[in-house]
Amino acid sequence: MKPAVMVGLFVVFLAAGCKAQERPYFVTYSHEMEEPGNLEIEFFNAVGKPPDGNRFVGSTLEFEYGATAWWTSELYLDGQTTQHDSTIFTGYRWENRFRPLLGEHWINPVLYVEFENINGGDKALREVVGHDGKNDLVDPNPEARTEKKREMELKLILGSNFRGWNISENIIAEKNLANAPWEFGYAWAVSRPLKLAASAHDCTFCGEKFQAGVEMYGGLGDGYSFGTHLTSHYAGPTLNWEAPQGLTFSFSPQFGLNDYSVPRLYRFGIAYEIGQLWGRFHRGAR
Amino acid sequence: MIRNFGLVLLMVLLPVALVSGAADGNWLKKVPGRDHEKISPYQGQPDAIAAGRRIFVDRCSQCHGEAGEGTKKRPGLKSKRVQEQATEGDLHWLLVNGNMRKGMPSWAKLPDQQLWQVITYVKSLHE
Repeated sequence: MKPAVMVGLFVVFLAAGCKAQERPYFVTYSHEMEEPGNLEIEFFNAVGKPPDGNRFVGSTLEFEYGATAWWTSELYLDGQTTQHDSTIFTGYRWENRFRPLLGEHWINPVLYVEFENINGGDKALREVVGHDGKNDLVDPNPEARTEKKREMELKLILGSNFRGWNISENIIAEKNLANAPWEFGYAWAVSRPLKLAASAHDCTFCGEKFQAGVEMYGGLGDGYSFGTHLTSHYAGPTLNWEAPQGLTFSFSPQFGLNDYSVPRLYRFGIAYEIGQLWGRFHRGAR
Repeated sequence: MIRNFGLVLLMVLLPVALVSGAADGNWLKKVPGRDHEKISPYQGQPDAIAAGRRIFVDRCSQCHGEAGEGTKKRPGLKSKRVQEQATEGDLHWLLVNGNMRKGMPSWAKLPDQQLWQVITYVKSLHE
């Protein structure tokens, strides 16, 4: 692609940026859908070091599109870099979220369906299910990438908004399409903007631009051994900042809660939202 | 051939019908009485109008236009329906619940204070 075309596209996208009001969650989904016609591009990373392995950065590039007000579709491209090893592409995921109740209620359910085609080297840690743990992250990349995983993941997302607080819970069931049992997991998170009312004047670092909260997630075993035995769990504070030009930055230090978990994970992300994507290419659209 | 033409016609007309129905105002009939009577705590306050305008430009103008004039596919907010028929409470109910079948998302993700600031701004557009 010619540089001038790339610069042109970049300018169009930057001019189209709009504010996303994203929750500061890395694993937990809230019931809030992408606005119809908007495309959000997100880049999330998880940095960690298992005790018997090398430091890694697991990355996900996400394209989240609001198909309708009640249906959001998202494509993920995963990759990872491991110290003293290599950088590899680990696969893709495609998920769809549907909001069956059209209106806001005390508890709002959302149904989530995902197909994953990833390999054993994936370290994005977008969810923890079954007996996932620190030992899954120590295999060298050439060996780990030979393991193919084609999985279906189902989630029941429950979310509530109350006096500025958002409370979200996810119940996760994942099935390897090869002969493997169902694996289960959970995630929950709570967050709130630092200030509820907006300022009358433009500001970059005022309270309403920040959201802070707590996130926790972990595995619940599988169909043969349901429970918390030999499962990993993480928790930590989380924060995001809505920067100018439609960018949102997120950060969360997360702590392994037992010996089966990686002791510490540092997650950070950047998101950019393009408002009314297709309208940008229609003559006369504003 | 004729059957295929009918199918194509249906596929073309259905989205048009959905979009044209977006501004029909039927949502007003769904607003419960107690929501209808709610009043903005910021009514007429210049600071709230300014704050509401900032939120509006960030989150609403992509669909409803920079100054609420509407766009090709989405309704303007200076209409008689929004400015006279709908109360502040009606607009609050619409922002919280959305009108999802017609493409209007729920904005319950915003704190109540910010929703009322937006409503205060939108209601100031008639002047």
